[in-house]
Amino acid sequence: MSVTGKYFLHSQKGAITQQYPDNRETLKMFERFRGEVVMPHDENNEHRCTGCQKCELACPNGTIEIIWDRQVDPETGKKKKLIEKHIYHLGMCTMCGLCIEACPTDAIKWAQNYENSVYDRTTLTRVLNKPGSKLMPGVEE
Amino acid sequence: METSTVNNNFKSEEYFINMGPQHPATHGVLRLLLTIDGETIKKVEPDLGYIHRSIEKMCERDSYQQIVHLTDRMDYLSSNINNEAVCLAVENALQIEVPDRVKVIRTIIGELTRIASHNLWWGVMGMDVGALTTYFYAFRDREMINDIFEETCGARLTMNYNIPGGLMFDIHPNFVKRVKEFIAHFKTKLPEYDTLLTNNVIFQKRMRGVGMLSKEDAISYGASGPVGRGSGYSCDVRKLHPYSALDKVTFNEALRTEGDSFARYEVRIQEMWESMSIVEQLIDNIPEGDYKVETNAVIKLPKGEFYQKVETARGELGVYIISTGTKNPYRLKFRSPGFSNLSLLNHIAVGGKIGDLVASMATLDLVIPDIDR
Ligand code: SF4
Ligand code: SF4
Repeated sequence: MSVTGKYFLHSQKGAITQQYPDNRETLKMFERFRGEVVMPHDENNEHRCTGCQKCELACPNGTIEIIWDRQVDPETGKKKKLIEKHIYHLGMCTMCGLCIEACPTDAIKWAQNYENSVYDRTTLTRVLNKPGSKLMPGVEE
Repeated sequence: METSTVNNNFKSEEYFINMGPQHPATHGVLRLLLTIDGETIKKVEPDLGYIHRSIEKMCERDSYQQIVHLTDRMDYLSSNINNEAVCLAVENALQIEVPDRVKVIRTIIGELTRIASHNLWWGVMGMDVGALTTYFYAFRDREMINDIFEETCGARLTMNYNIPGGLMFDIHPNFVKRVKEFIAHFKTKLPEYDTLLTNNVIFQKRMRGVGMLSKEDAISYGASGPVGRGSGYSCDVRKLHPYSALDKVTFNEALRTEGDSFARYEVRIQEMWESMSIVEQLIDNIPEGDYKVETNAVIKLPKGEFYQKVETARGELGVYIISTGTKNPYRLKFRSPGFSNLSLLNHIAVGGKIGDLVASMATLDLVIPDIDR
């Protein structure tokens, strides 16, 4: 009783509950929080993914699918592997982080969003490279 | 006249009821087939399989790095310790020596996991015997540990922070500070737990002398963890076969000889104190160094059989790997503490009432995905 009474009397200060979802604006996750896998693009719509498929191999449950092609590099004239689509099925992902550890060029990273529920599960399948994007120059495997 | 004879010979009938699989007191999808006479329990038959995901079979398909994240989903309240078990097994098989820094961090994180798990158990324990308040106090303190994990490991429950060869990334710069804050906070809060629940007369009446388990039975049923130690069976893997940095710290094994529900309760409360002391001994001198040793991208274990056991919050978790020298295990078997602890439920519940069954089951601290795998 004495413990309960103490907390009852001091209930104004030190409330530990949060007013979610009213605090959406201010609620920030920690920087390492695993929300979903994303591929950052810079202002020229360039990403760092070479299409090496290491993330696809590292993934325990086939969440990542890489569709790639060989194209002639205009500078060197050699044929080079390039990604067409980096497909990520968020609905299957177990947030283990192995793909991000495996990527040699740091092309993918964690995003900190925490509201992943949707009405239609097909929207959970995402293509991570943006349309028309290309490989950042200088990124080699 | 005839009716009175009937009344004199009135006999109650045994009947069956199902407890679960969707029952709040079973903490998961466990189905108990109860044979009861009035309210007295004649037999308890657990029926498993409702959350079977064939983790052991999936391990045969996965690489050794990938296996680790599956163990998060067994006993999810000790996920860090489960991860550690697989990593230690693989490291021993490969004869890799991990840096001291890794050992110390693994031990600290493991003990924090144990505190968090016992903390949740304490809240649920109170709730099972009708004291809802404990739940909120327990969650308040557990939240701090979850924040520590979220900041360092990136997740609150399914961490996957250990990898064969070390840790996935180094601890967060705030880690030490936060852990110290938590220890200081929890030291003032744990005595409150005693005031709220341990010393409560009603609670003691429900726990003392109920769910008796003798030391011999504890051993023959393969009980481990706080369940075994509540019956005076010294079975702490951390003491008997120290792993990681546990050989560098001093702590007492929590032991009680009474063997009733209250003894198991007391063991867990004492273990929280002991875990705090282990963390305190290590947190100030985390050695400098690497947080992992590089392993091959494809880990192949040598041909043979490897066994590693660790002490999770529920007892002894064993990882048994049979390797044929390829990149996947030929067979991987987990010896989970919950399974053996569940097997003695019938033994301790028969003759008691349904209410006592719920109370003694709470002191076994079952996590169903650990039993089913
Ligand atoms: S986090 Fe794990 S499950 Fe998710 S895509 Fe990466 S490797 Fe696959
Ligand atoms: S994301 Fe990284 S690992 Fe995956 S294909 Fe691209 S470069 Fe390779």
